[in-house]
Amino acid sequence: MTVSTSTFPIAKLPTGITGFDHIANGGLPRGRTTLVSGTAGSAKTVFATQFLAAGIQQFNESGVFITFEESPDALRRNMVGFGWDIAAWEAQNKWAFVDVSPQPESEEIVRGAYDLGGLLSRITYAVARVGAVRVVLDSLGAIFARMENSQMIRSELLRIVAAMRRMGVTAILTAERTQEYGEIGRYGVEEFVTDDVVILRNPIEEEKRRRTIEILKFRGTSHQKGSFPFTVIPGEGVVVIPLSAIELKQRSSNLRMQSGNSDIDHMCGGGFFRDSVILVSGATGTGKTLMATTFLASGAAQGERVLLFAFEESRDQLFRNATGWGFDFEEYESTGQMRVICNYPESASLEDQLILMKKEIETFRPQRVAIDSLSALERVSTMKGFREFVIGLTSFIKHQEVVGLFTSTTPTLLGGTSITEAHISTITDSIILMRYVELFGEMRRGLTVLKMRGSAHDKEIREFMIDGHGLHIGKPFRTISGILSGQFIHTAPSEIERLGNLFKDDAGS
Amino acid sequence: MSTIVLQLFIAGRTPRTERAIATLQQLITDRLGDYPCELVIIDVITDPQQAEERQIFATPTLIKESPLPQRRIIGDLADTEGLLTALNLPPVSMS
Repeated sequence: MTVSTSTFPIAKLPTGITGFDHIANGGLPRGRTTLVSGTAGSAKTVFATQFLAAGIQQFNESGVFITFEESPDALRRNMVGFGWDIAAWEAQNKWAFVDVSPQPESEEIVRGAYDLGGLLSRITYAVARVGAVRVVLDSLGAIFARMENSQMIRSELLRIVAAMRRMGVTAILTAERTQEYGEIGRYGVEEFVTDDVVILRNPIEEEKRRRTIEILKFRGTSHQKGSFPFTVIPGEGVVVIPLSAIELKQRSSNLRMQSGNSDIDHMCGGGFFRDSVILVSGATGTGKTLMATTFLASGAAQGERVLLFAFEESRDQLFRNATGWGFDFEEYESTGQMRVICNYPESASLEDQLILMKKEIETFRPQRVAIDSLSALERVSTMKGFREFVIGLTSFIKHQEVVGLFTSTTPTLLGGTSITEAHISTITDSIILMRYVELFGEMRRGLTVLKMRGSAHDKEIREFMIDGHGLHIGKPFRTISGILSGQFIHTAPSEIERLGNLFKDDAGS
Repeated sequence: MSTIVLQLFIAGRTPRTERAIATLQQLITDRLGDYPCELVIIDVITDPQQAEERQIFATPTLIKESPLPQRRIIGDLADTEGLLTALNLPPVSMS
């Protein structure tokens, strides 16, 4: 039985570009031409090249690259850094260039009317020669710049797009835009050539470049809406980070893991849950790093693998401090149970940082992950970028059967919240606050478990002390209120007794 | 002088193609009669390999191989006068 193919929903061709197929709900519309538009430096050529490279590497699908701008030699050279050996693929007949780049040695003069029949026959020939499934035309602006008759180019492009559809290839056509927002293409005709438009952006926000990708339209088929951050990394190419496409379907476990401090375990109702993320917030010097150190050391002592991302302290400092509290990080590291990654937040963009961290977690497969501190990463990114980073990282960690502990530094010494908390508090499963408490001319420290998803927990603000053996939880602060806000109000013990008695009447009756 | 070698790349027999060929033949008989002249017509649809090797983009494209310098003229070669200048060929003897 045969069924007319036109009744089928539009099929998608998985591109193999990391994350893109996710936001494209499967890939590019198969058998059609998609316009990829962006300003100069928005990674159009990398995206287009990767479309062909991923086709060869992951799906054994051959490709044809029609270049109007860069010479094949320049492309072969420039793309080696991404691990794409174009010359080798050409030798295997998996990749063919159609070189339409300007030839400086040959002068061109226009006399009368013409069409792009020469180009079309070369495309047809190249597609047939390597049996291409994928085709790239890079870029449209270069043809318009070279030929004056844009009316002719428009109709010829339509002819080429129609011919490619008949060949059954899935194609990408790149085009320049002059601004990040506004008209899709520079010549105002680009979007009429194709049914599908993808936009790459590279705007400056708060003096930081932030790449995003948006699928503007896929005619007759679905895709994720809005723009998604992406990054271009050596050895890999374009990596799209499909944040809002993440589904809330992570497992949740009833398995408790020890924090390394029995008092805190007790306050949390028996320990942290696996597959959960704990946020430890506090001013500088309240003991957040100690908490993270204890948490990791306790895991390592039980034979687990633990991973630490440190953005504030150097490796030497961390190890020295751990030794001071009686934990031998060097020993854990030599047995392969621990991995410590220290770098400056400024060393990479947040998108790159996220990919690096994911990769570390995937290869090391730890049971515990700590980040000290998350708020250090705040300063290298825009607010929006940071929020997306936190969401991306948290949801990733929750899928990995690990327990994560993030520390966050509050900007003020007393009370206060950080931006980190505002973004992350609803995503994390548990929040532990560490605060300075001014008590009759003395600085003390207080700790409370603000939130513990799915479990009973101690609701009191307890004093804690730090000594050579670590952190010790003491009694609740009874005579002071306003600790979390930093506006302390001392209450005399007699007053507490009086207030207590007020309610006792009801309870006692 | 040496032989004038011309190659005309066309994409099928279209009115545009016919116009280009007619103009070119007229030029050769009327204006270049004194010189040995060689014209090859290549159809890119039946011979795409040639189009690829010579990097033909638009059709019709006329390539003047010799005498040097090489010249490429794109279009249906509207008039013979302009074409002669464009080809950078020697002045015509009017005898």
